[in-house]
Amino acid sequence: MSTQLNDPLTRPLTKNIREDRRPTDMAAYEANDGYQSLHSTLGKRSPADCLQIIKDSNLRGRGGAGFPTGMKWSFVPMEDATPGHKYLVCNADEMEPGTFKDRWLLECDPHQLIEGMIISAYTLQADIGYIFIRSEYLLAAQLLREAIADCHAKGYLGDNILGSGFNFELHVHASAGRYICGEETALINSLEGKRANPRAKPPFPQVSGLWGRPTIVNNVETLCNIHHIVQHGAQWFQNLGIGSDAGTKLYGISGRVNKPGCWELPIGTPIRDIFALAGGMEQGYELRGFLPGGGSTDFLTPEHLDLAMDYDTIGKAGSRMGTGTMIVLDDKTCAVGFVKNLVEFFAQESCGFCTPCRDGLPWSAQVLDDIQQGRGTSEDMNTLARQIGFIGAIGNTHCALAPGAMEPLASGIQYFREDFERHLNNGHCPLCHEHNPKGKHDSQHKGQQGVSQGVAS
Amino acid sequence: MMSSQIIPSLSAAELADIDAEISHAPYKAAVAIDALKIVQSYRGWVSDESLKAIAQHLEMSPAELDGIATFYNLIFRQPVGEQVILLCNSVTCWIKGYEQIREQISQHLGVGLGETTTDKAYTFLPVTCLGACDKAPVMMVGDELHEHIDRNDLTQIFRSREQAQ
Repeated sequence: MSTQLNDPLTRPLTKNIREDRRPTDMAAYEANDGYQSLHSTLGKRSPADCLQIIKDSNLRGRGGAGFPTGMKWSFVPMEDATPGHKYLVCNADEMEPGTFKDRWLLECDPHQLIEGMIISAYTLQADIGYIFIRSEYLLAAQLLREAIADCHAKGYLGDNILGSGFNFELHVHASAGRYICGEETALINSLEGKRANPRAKPPFPQVSGLWGRPTIVNNVETLCNIHHIVQHGAQWFQNLGIGSDAGTKLYGISGRVNKPGCWELPIGTPIRDIFALAGGMEQGYELRGFLPGGGSTDFLTPEHLDLAMDYDTIGKAGSRMGTGTMIVLDDKTCAVGFVKNLVEFFAQESCGFCTPCRDGLPWSAQVLDDIQQGRGTSEDMNTLARQIGFIGAIGNTHCALAPGAMEPLASGIQYFREDFERHLNNGHCPLCHEHNPKGKHDSQHKGQQGVSQGVAS
Repeated sequence: MMSSQIIPSLSAAELADIDAEISHAPYKAAVAIDALKIVQSYRGWVSDESLKAIAQHLEMSPAELDGIATFYNLIFRQPVGEQVILLCNSVTCWIKGYEQIREQISQHLGVGLGETTTDKAYTFLPVTCLGACDKAPVMMVGDELHEHIDRNDLTQIFRSREQAQ
């Protein structure tokens, strides 16, 4: 938690979160202004007013893409000619490598998400909500189910909430484990009980989503902001940010830093300040580079440390802010192994629907393995370049998974080519040797699929 | 508790849990993933017989349901040990020593990834980023998340479990 910002209104998302990570229960949540937005909004402010506040606030989606939330919501038909359900879905399927921000919000302050979802659903006039949470977040799922029961007891969920005439039911859906479920249309297919293949767009989910009905899917952190914005206003939210973006952001750092962690800071905080909160690099380790926002973002290097951590600045530097949780590449870790780990992850998690992803990513992983094991040739670098050009181009694949996998690969070759050259020229790398002294390498594919596909038991 | 005994039909408790999910779904097949997880929670895994029984209850074909079951990493179509070890192999845990820890666990339990110990106590699997990268390296043993696992902690985790049995 940040020690720089002590006024709760300057760090709305984490104001209830304590150092010991004890979950905030209904009593503690309400004692600190909780559900005040609910009381002051439902039946007292029109959904159209709420939508206008969200649009004016310049909130952008915190799941990684950074799409303006108000604009996304504005595509939901409000005067629907075909009456039926509308759905609000919280994407709590946090599985991007190096990302650990939503777990913090879910485990420490479940009521904040629920209040955010009720106000969001009211704004969209959605009557059913789902929290799509990854299977491994057992504590968070349990806390959310308890919090939902507490809300029913208080009349905050269910029919005619606080006498406003607004109805909203909220369910927790625990996933069965697959990264692609984080893609919103794949998530919708998974909620329908199907394989999580992304859908073709259009139609967009806002018009035809879950069971063919209007559906909004938003990230946990995005939804946690909503009721604060509606309560305190668009201008208050805009003032929280330092640069062109609005609000706060959960920033994190993991890897060889002294104090890996997550902090709520004004969006646009310089990267160097976030590294300072992490206590700098561990003794004996130098910073070589970092992925700014999860495993599917391009590397940045120490020369980028003074950049503001916001969507446009990081975009201009050739990467993406993504989830805002950085992964550090130190000088004792080989970029070839680092990138191979990520490409293997994306190859394993491909849904298998389109050829460039299903067949291209395992090919890239194989080429990287050849290089790492000392079997590589300079022709392999040309092969990787061709793969990056083909798989990395938006439009060649069904969704953004495979292009995302190419981001750390392309930028890894760009910035750390000497690591690749060392493997190609020497057939051996002291950094990789240190990581894996016995020289054994597992295949994530074999291990992961061993049980579900019956290879071994 | 899991059982390796094959029960041809679903138990009353399993049916009740599945029907509770169906009660707020627009049609039965919509709860396919929930139903697979419910049966797995009672039996540890999903056998062919269970799969057919679930498919019949949800009014869908066993082939379609198996296509769904095998898509997801955490639906087990083979028997697993009493506890599943999910060792994070994503990038931050890899930086912080995943490969050495994998070797240590393999040596301690005498199994590789994807395998179950001969006493059926553990199945050892890798898992994608567990969302606890600030506490890397991490793993789950059963329902419990273990953070900052290094060599000493590892022996402690397995020793305390063995003593409890």
